[in-house]
Amino acid sequence: MVHVASIVPISLTVGANRIVPAVAIPHPLGNPELPEDEERKLRLNLVKKALRALQVEVEIQTVFEE
Amino acid sequence: MAQKKYRVVHYLNQFFAQIGGEEKANIPPLIKEGAVGPGIPLQQALGEEGEIVATMICGDNYFAENIEAAVEKVVESVSRYKPDVFVAGPAFTAGRYGIACGASCSAVSKKLGIPVVTAMYEENPALDLYRKEVYVIPTADSVRGMKEAIPKMSGFVRKLGLGQEIGLPQEEGYFPRGIRVNQFVGRTGAERAVDMLLSKLRGEPFQTEYPMPTFELVPASPAIRDLRSTTIALVTSGGIVPLGNPDRIEAASASKFAEYNIAGVDDLTPDAYQTCHGGYDPTYANDDPDRVLPLDAMRALEKDGTIGKLYDVYYVTVGNATSVANSQKFGKAIAEKLKAADVDGVILTST
Repeated sequence: MVHVASIVPISLTVGANRIVPAVAIPHPLGNPELPEDEERKLRLNLVKKALRALQVEVEIQTVFEE
Repeated sequence: MAQKKYRVVHYLNQFFAQIGGEEKANIPPLIKEGAVGPGIPLQQALGEEGEIVATMICGDNYFAENIEAAVEKVVESVSRYKPDVFVAGPAFTAGRYGIACGASCSAVSKKLGIPVVTAMYEENPALDLYRKEVYVIPTADSVRGMKEAIPKMSGFVRKLGLGQEIGLPQEEGYFPRGIRVNQFVGRTGAERAVDMLLSKLRGEPFQTEYPMPTFELVPASPAIRDLRSTTIALVTSGGIVPLGNPDRIEAASASKFAEYNIAGVDDLTPDAYQTCHGGYDPTYANDDPDRVLPLDAMRALEKDGTIGKLYDVYYVTVGNATSVANSQKFGKAIAEKLKAADVDGVILTST
């Protein structure tokens, strides 16, 4: 499981093992300020990042920043 | 004239009541006059002020397997002795006994309005079930701690029996019940917080005014080797539901999660989906629910073969002031369903 979470400290506190930081609380996987196609691209990239996190072996709680 | 003694009824299991061990664990509730077993030193500690008028006894298995019937019988038997205080245990680390003590205390308190107290070890599973409604005094993990437990219990029983006010957990020595009490203090929160911070920086002791709950860590799932042959599921605590919120998930303090079929759905649109999550501005999620539950992106990755399949069902709840206990319950239930459906990986999104 990977947690795509707006507030990483909460995700760490509740014990998620793979964490991908999201954009913002009211739109974790989007940004209404961007044009529609760019917003879709942003979302696609976040989901790809989450999928990559699922492919990484983790021993301790890990935040996938980059 | 001597003051009237306060009356105490004490609850014990079959073992401490000296009826028998596991072979007697099926005995139904019975009540005996006077003090029995640990009740005898407890009576000695209470002295002349209070009297254990009766001992309620039940087998641990009987109680655990017939909680409702057992509780009803306990309440009925105890009421006949018109006690001023009801005390149970100590149960130490015994789970069934702990639950019997907690459930009896809770029911006697609610149904008869009598003050109650029990005692057990901090890891007794009954503690978290009953600590909010019942005073629970910490004990050691085994009967070797009886000698220390009895004076603590008798002191508490005495206070309850004499109708004295019970102070804060750390003053009185019971497990915190999670109740916040308003009080006036001389210095503002900002000053107190800075003092705490300074103490912390100096390595001096300080006491938080708001302890955080502790969460258990779970082992991480193994990495997925090849995404192309996997089924990935979407789960969210962001409250994305079909328009109208058909299962009425609460906007805050959710009592449930729901599951919805998304087979054949390529995009979450505002005419069919919405958020039911309170506590954040829902405008952006309602305009495009994919911003919380990225269905469009997952479909695109399914179509181009990055993942094998997007699972046909997604799970949703609202993570707004939802209790840790409920969240753990939902998480367990959802995980079991996903496992049963042979889902390989999960993306959980949170607002």
